[in-house]
Amino acid sequence: MEFMTDVFGFYFGTFLVILGQSLLVIVLILVALAFLMYADRKIWAAVQMRKGPNVVGVFGLLQSFADFIKYIVKEVVVPAGADKPVFFLAPMITFIFAVVAWVVIPFDDGWVVSNLNVGVLYIFAIGSLEVYGVIMGGWASNSKYPFLGALRSTAQMISYEVSIGFIIVGVLLSTGSLNFTAIVQAQSGYGALSWYWLPHLPMVALFFISALAETNRPPFDLPEAEAELVAGYQVEYSATPFLLFMIGELMAVVLMTALITILFFGGWLSPVSWLPDGIHWFILKMLFWFFMFAMAKALVPRYRYDQLMRLGWKVFLPLSLGWVVFVAAAAQFEWFGGFYVRWAVGG
Amino acid sequence: MVIATLAFYLFSAVAVASALMVVLSRNPVHSVLWLILTFFSAAGLFVILGAEFVAMLLVIVYVGAVMVLFLFVVMMMDVDFAELKSGMSKYVRIGSLIGLVILIELLMATGYWSGWIVADMAPDMRAAVTPALEETQNTIALGSILYTQYVYLFQAAGLVLLVAMIGAIVLTMRHRKDVKRQSIVGQIYRDADKAVEMIDVKPGQGL
Repeated sequence: MEFMTDVFGFYFGTFLVILGQSLLVIVLILVALAFLMYADRKIWAAVQMRKGPNVVGVFGLLQSFADFIKYIVKEVVVPAGADKPVFFLAPMITFIFAVVAWVVIPFDDGWVVSNLNVGVLYIFAIGSLEVYGVIMGGWASNSKYPFLGALRSTAQMISYEVSIGFIIVGVLLSTGSLNFTAIVQAQSGYGALSWYWLPHLPMVALFFISALAETNRPPFDLPEAEAELVAGYQVEYSATPFLLFMIGELMAVVLMTALITILFFGGWLSPVSWLPDGIHWFILKMLFWFFMFAMAKALVPRYRYDQLMRLGWKVFLPLSLGWVVFVAAAAQFEWFGGFYVRWAVGG
Repeated sequence: MVIATLAFYLFSAVAVASALMVVLSRNPVHSVLWLILTFFSAAGLFVILGAEFVAMLLVIVYVGAVMVLFLFVVMMMDVDFAELKSGMSKYVRIGSLIGLVILIELLMATGYWSGWIVADMAPDMRAAVTPALEETQNTIALGSILYTQYVYLFQAAGLVLLVAMIGAIVLTMRHRKDVKRQSIVGQIYRDADKAVEMIDVKPGQGL
């Protein structure tokens, strides 16, 4: 009896609160994603002097919802000889891991579903799991094109995860904590000047480029290089499974914009000291970085695969590794007046 | 603690079941996928213990890196699945022997088996090295012990890994003289002036 009251009393209440928070975050992000997809296409179209989606709704604002309905009602085609359970597991994995990563992202001071003290590692762990959606999808399709596409895609994602890891290590060395809220709070002080973009300036560029590669965005969209591999690992997917892949990918992009905002641009902190901090700054910064992602897609021609690998392993990896050594020294010996060391805990 | 207990049984059940499926499933790729689930449940158990850092490392290193390589290799290999499984009965005896040894070792390490003390030293030894959860975060505790008390061992382990990496590269790398190679520097320094030539073609003449 005590067990029942325990479960359905206190714990059930906590459980409901957490469930509600998670649902709120998921729904808001999914709705935002629909309009971000529209924005992505509009920006791309504007650069190429096209109109972009402009038929469904005012200015085509409802285009993503029309696409959504189209994907839902289409027929799901399973290739002959496909490994059915793995075939359907792959898009689910991509989607689920893209969603669960958001629990540790703080949108404002205290606005976080789970204030994990290893939040950065959690994001990293989830990011490394997302590879499995790609590789399982490619393998289970039982076809050569998706398999080759999946291999290339996986190699690409793993390569750039390494440099992203080292770049984050630099920020962690400056903060002395693996918690996202602590990372943002360590950047408070003199407005935009005390954010990490200034001390870690070269790494902002490296992180942005690595994020493009990690999320398979142009100019590193080799997994779906139409001319070479038709469409990479998701060739055989149609209807809802394909939609899950697409949402998962775009959500990873938005997560990357959130990560750049938190790690280098002060999260919810205001750029000037006389304006209040708040979630609006977080969203504005994320939107800016999403705009940069869209512009990179519109402006930069696609890389060749060997160039991509060379850039990842021979340029980014040594640079970011060297930066970790530099930041470690700067933090230990308090160079630049303690610019690189903002330890609040541990020490 | 009810939720924690429920979560413990969930993660353990999934871990044991998926570990069984690693051995029993017919397709090697499925085996690897089940193994990933096993690691994932083990990470969940670590989280319940309050060792989030170890849990995340387990997911990042084993699931994110090692298992991807496993999966690559297994997918690339052209194995006769039926033949692979037919040998299973041959290995059952030696496999269960190894399992028994590991079970006994675990009992020794834990020190308890339903009230019966197997090794009375074990609980004391564990209590000596584990600070209370309220005292310190496990990330900080691990970092400070690795980089102070065990720094030489830690460096030595890193050195061993470095040697292994260099060894693997030396063993597999071979320079073939008869193959055309890319000159990256040449490619980078090639510009429009050197690559494109403007030719004024007169009408009706051709080149």
